[in-house]
Amino acid sequence: MDAFQVIAAHYNYAVTIFLMVGGLYIVVARGNMIKKLIGLSLFQTSVYLLYLSAGKIVGGTPPILAPEYQVYSNPLPHVLILTAIVVGIATVALGLALTARIQEAYGTIEEDELYDTRGRQE
Amino acid sequence: MSTASGAAFALKDHLAMLVVVTPLLGSGVVAMLPRGAASWVVTTAITFATMAFSILLLWEVQERGVISYAIGGWQPPIGIEYRVDILNAFVLAIVATMGAVTMPFALRSVPSDVNPASQPWFYAIYLLCLTGLLGMAVSGDAFNIFVFMEISSLATYVLIAMGRDKRALLAAYQYLIMGTIGATFYVLGVGLLYIVTGTLNLADIAGRIGDAYAVHPRPVMAALAFLIVGISLKLALFPLHVWLPNAYTFAPPFATVFLAATATKVAVYVLLRIYFGVFGAAIDVSALPIAEALLVLAIVAMFVASILAFYENRIERILAYSSVAQIGYIILGISLANENGLTGGIVHILNHAVSKALLFLAIGAVTYRLGHPYLEQLSGIGRKMPVTTAAFVLGGLSIIGVPGTAGFVSKWQLSMGAIDAEMPLLVFLIVASSIISVLYIGRIIEVAYFRPVSKDCERATDPGLTMLIPIALMAAATLYFGIDTALSADIARDAAKLILTGLKS
Repeated sequence: MDAFQVIAAHYNYAVTIFLMVGGLYIVVARGNMIKKLIGLSLFQTSVYLLYLSAGKIVGGTPPILAPEYQVYSNPLPHVLILTAIVVGIATVALGLALTARIQEAYGTIEEDELYDTRGRQE
Repeated sequence: MSTASGAAFALKDHLAMLVVVTPLLGSGVVAMLPRGAASWVVTTAITFATMAFSILLLWEVQERGVISYAIGGWQPPIGIEYRVDILNAFVLAIVATMGAVTMPFALRSVPSDVNPASQPWFYAIYLLCLTGLLGMAVSGDAFNIFVFMEISSLATYVLIAMGRDKRALLAAYQYLIMGTIGATFYVLGVGLLYIVTGTLNLADIAGRIGDAYAVHPRPVMAALAFLIVGISLKLALFPLHVWLPNAYTFAPPFATVFLAATATKVAVYVLLRIYFGVFGAAIDVSALPIAEALLVLAIVAMFVASILAFYENRIERILAYSSVAQIGYIILGISLANENGLTGGIVHILNHAVSKALLFLAIGAVTYRLGHPYLEQLSGIGRKMPVTTAAFVLGGLSIIGVPGTAGFVSKWQLSMGAIDAEMPLLVFLIVASSIISVLYIGRIIEVAYFRPVSKDCERATDPGLTMLIPIALMAAATLYFGIDTALSADIARDAAKLILTGLKS
């Protein structure tokens, strides 16, 4: 199987890796605190996709016990990711709250300028 | 629960749950209290109750062996299992005890940092942080550990941000970014393990991972890599420690005391559990290069962080870098993976918690009198705050590892482990890095005792009893664990034996 087929067959995992690496890159490369949080959010989203990919079966239904349904998707990863999404929201909300407070205290949320002012203060 | 004995019996069966539920529900209650001392009183009561439960749990485990608690009656591995053996019972007792005995210090310290209207919230967040740390230690479910990890982390970011210096906000933000990356790495690793084994229960994963590794070696190794890096961020293993110095420096002193004593230690426990308890049970981990990598990073941490501590000019930052170095000792013991080495690493969780809590309590008392001082401003403080400074010196001696203090016991055990591993050079490195800690602790002692009293210190006096009691308790504990090791090294040795018997070689 050549590389293209491998990627096409594991399309969802390719997207997971893209989101993960892209999100992490934004966190590292951007100095703006809100952009960093967006990157962090993307990074966390990759986890949601990883878990859901594993739990979903194409054509599978929710686990309803009835004779007309034969193939079920695994509900556990979906439930786990609901929890992870809540955690992600809490993290971004707290991050934004901190960013707002930093803006009030320093007048900027650009890391270059902040660490400059901090350097002078120390 | 019709009779008193029936109630007591029921309580005994639910200790594993009570340790987590008590501070969790307590935090909701405290958040609704009016401003004033009420929130402190209730929080103190809750933390002491939690401490009592954790100590009872430790006794239970010593008597009966492993306790498995099925939440909601759902049997593992379907339901979430709380699984307590001697290792996590020990960690739970340390965290809960630290959370309780430092509370008297909060009575005067917290109002000097947090405005009265926010104090009930501060204590509510504090209890949430305690809940998260205890939950991480008690849970036997990989995803449940992630949830508790995030509860404690989010609470920690808030605690740090409540510091009075505006740089606390930057420290909290920096930790939020790095902590979230660490936790997300952890949950990525758990996800990969779930995909290859189909279970989240740690004991169950350990049972299935061997077969999974035979079929899919690469996802299992990727999971191990994600887990180790993620947890290393949480426990501030060099070079993933950069969030720690600012966080400890600018957080309210009471929060620093608690975090320095507990937060990184629980992450160390999770590392032990995942690395030895899950992977080690099924795969020959000694064939992987992880122990060597941890060993190198531990040694670098011991030296580089100690040297960085020497060049700092703020006393909190000196101690924060010292913490990074001390984490190095714990990881050193883990990387040796023999009985004496592991005993040294595990007992240092306790000994470092006690000594560092003592040091940060003393600094907190100084901060309470003088604000956040630079080292130079503290000249002559030994004559103005004699009790506090003497306690600080004792904590410093323990960090150095002077015989008769708690730190000596850990370093002795680690050295024995190094000899057992036939790496005598390590003994030399342990002693050499201790000499660097003599320099940075000595520098503080020199300023405190051998210089004229500075203008800043002229009116400083020892703090009141509420602050001196926890300082005295920690000082007594530092001496006690240096002499009698029945409660420290002996339990740590049992935990180390338990870990090693579970290992596949």
